[in-house]
Amino acid sequence: MAIARVAEPTGSLQDVKEQGLDREDLLQIYRNMLITRGVEERGHILYRQGKIPGSFYTGRGNEAASVGVATAMGTDDVGTPLHRDMGVHITRGVEPWRIFAQYMGREEGPARGRDGNVHMADLRLGLMAMVSHLPAMMPVAVGAALAFRIREEKRVAITWSGEGAMARGDAHEAMNFAGVRRLPVVFICDNNQWAYSTPSHLEYAVEHLADRAAAYGFDGVVVDGTDVLAVYREAKRAIEKAREGGGPTLIECQTLRMEGHAVHDDAFYVPKELFERWAERDPVERFRTWLRDNVELSDEEEEHAGSYVKKLLNDALERAEQSPQPDPETLHEGVYATPEDLDTPHHK
Amino acid sequence: MAEKTYLQAISDGLREEMRRDKRVFVIGEDVGVYGGAFKVTLGFQEEFGAWRVIDAPLSETAIVGGATGAALMGLRPVAEMQFADFVSCAWDHLVTIAAKQRWRAGTPVPMVLRLPSGGGFSGGPFHSQNPESSFAHIPGLKCVCPATPEDAKGLIVSAIEDPNPVLFFEHKHLYRRIKGEVPDERYATPIGKARIHQEGEDVTVVTWGAMVYTADEAAKEVDASVEILDLRTIMPWDRQAVLDSVRKTSKVLVLHEDTRTGGFGAEIAATIAEEAFEDLDAPVRRLAAPDTPVPFSPVLEKAFIPQVDDVARALKELIQY
Repeated sequence: MAIARVAEPTGSLQDVKEQGLDREDLLQIYRNMLITRGVEERGHILYRQGKIPGSFYTGRGNEAASVGVATAMGTDDVGTPLHRDMGVHITRGVEPWRIFAQYMGREEGPARGRDGNVHMADLRLGLMAMVSHLPAMMPVAVGAALAFRIREEKRVAITWSGEGAMARGDAHEAMNFAGVRRLPVVFICDNNQWAYSTPSHLEYAVEHLADRAAAYGFDGVVVDGTDVLAVYREAKRAIEKAREGGGPTLIECQTLRMEGHAVHDDAFYVPKELFERWAERDPVERFRTWLRDNVELSDEEEEHAGSYVKKLLNDALERAEQSPQPDPETLHEGVYATPEDLDTPHHK
Repeated sequence: MAEKTYLQAISDGLREEMRRDKRVFVIGEDVGVYGGAFKVTLGFQEEFGAWRVIDAPLSETAIVGGATGAALMGLRPVAEMQFADFVSCAWDHLVTIAAKQRWRAGTPVPMVLRLPSGGGFSGGPFHSQNPESSFAHIPGLKCVCPATPEDAKGLIVSAIEDPNPVLFFEHKHLYRRIKGEVPDERYATPIGKARIHQEGEDVTVVTWGAMVYTADEAAKEVDASVEILDLRTIMPWDRQAVLDSVRKTSKVLVLHEDTRTGGFGAEIAATIAEEAFEDLDAPVRRLAAPDTPVPFSPVLEKAFIPQVDDVARALKELIQY
């Protein structure tokens, strides 16, 4: 029995405008989705070239979900995106060259070579770096929301989880505490149907993960995670509700992880027909079609967006490859913070 | 200056910091209306309100994860585990996130985790542990273990001021049993500085927490001049003070209430062996709890926690070596 509300797909252009998006905003969303996909495609090539140590993860198929939510965030809001949420970093303004530097373990990546892949974030852009233990960042985001509530600030924390990680206790404690205190936090569950090789039916027994929200005393919403404007609409609604003291929302974005868990995994366990079916709903292609149908996206504009992204990524790769390796002499630095480290806007 | 219990000293230090700095808040189970299981925060909620003295659900993960997030947003959380033993439920947020955050992501996590620890009152396997060595092993965490009321106040102040996650191990068996003079004014006891509890010439005891008092009593039973060094904090720990004392007395007993294997005493003994071998007139002696869980029955617990007689015996053997 479903409890959560199932969100409508993207409506007319008029509806979209009423949500506060003008034509330029829509084109920006499109560019952010292209950059998101482009960064990960280029990353894949770098990996094949042997330039990325360790493993490599992408969020192919999740571009609409990540960009849609991040577009709905306010400047002073904060978030804890995960490894399928490159679109959040891009939308918040992390420069692609720094992401490539991060992939390659270079000094100028956000983690300065101390951590790899998407374990990065720039707190100046309101993002907190994920850890591998999923969804351990959920309680951390709840703590950020608690800080906003204590200081009576109108800010919201957004936190991500996959459908696999929703099986862990952290998710329960985070959502329960947030529900009890009606904290300004929005829980995003990217349900991409596969947790490594484990399918959804071995992770949870409810119809929708968003149904669980009712058990914590707040609303749950299920949204098509390949429909960027529907994701944006639901995220915006939830974020503004939280900002006004209405408490948390759990939004389940339904997608399919279009690649393996990581680059080493060919996802042989995912039925081919499932990939084929979801490929027809490719989020980037879907939004491109919508733009052509609704706001008269021209060939020229499309070409311009494509060449803009291509140049951005070419330049980014070049700059990242020039970024120095970290100096082993610095390994010991910064294990412990000094009082000077607190000299940031956050700690004033 | 006034005579206060160890518990009152912690409470006073914390209350003064909350009055001084609006960023400081308390979160834990039963810390508000009830004042905490041991009453350290008694009366705090009346004074500071329900959003600065937060009664959390029974959720150690959410408490420590939440404190981490609040610290990243610029607050100064002081989170309480009802018993130090329950920190196991919050391991990930302490060890995986808070400890590594500065080094990995460049963002400090200024938070304090209060951990009522230690045995001596039949608390059994889950209300009596001394898990400090587990956390001293984690780069990025600081561990403090005050023994006196004066240090309890000064170290809670330092812990709150510190820009790192600091674990504040407060020994439950000292809470109301130990009284001492505590300055009225605000002061910070430096983290990483040992205290000479008692000066001596013949043999050194290196210890911390409740074992300081066990060593003190044992020293009275031996016919020798015993130096008792109270480490006060074990991460960072005052290597220099230990080495200076060993160089003076040439004999050393490392004593702790935590279990022996992999206990923090092993690190101290290894450091002495590496750096002061030539100064020793006897092998470094370790005395600790045996490698078992903490037992419940008073008879068994007495056999588990190092007793005055055990320490006195070890000292006599060292002196006669």
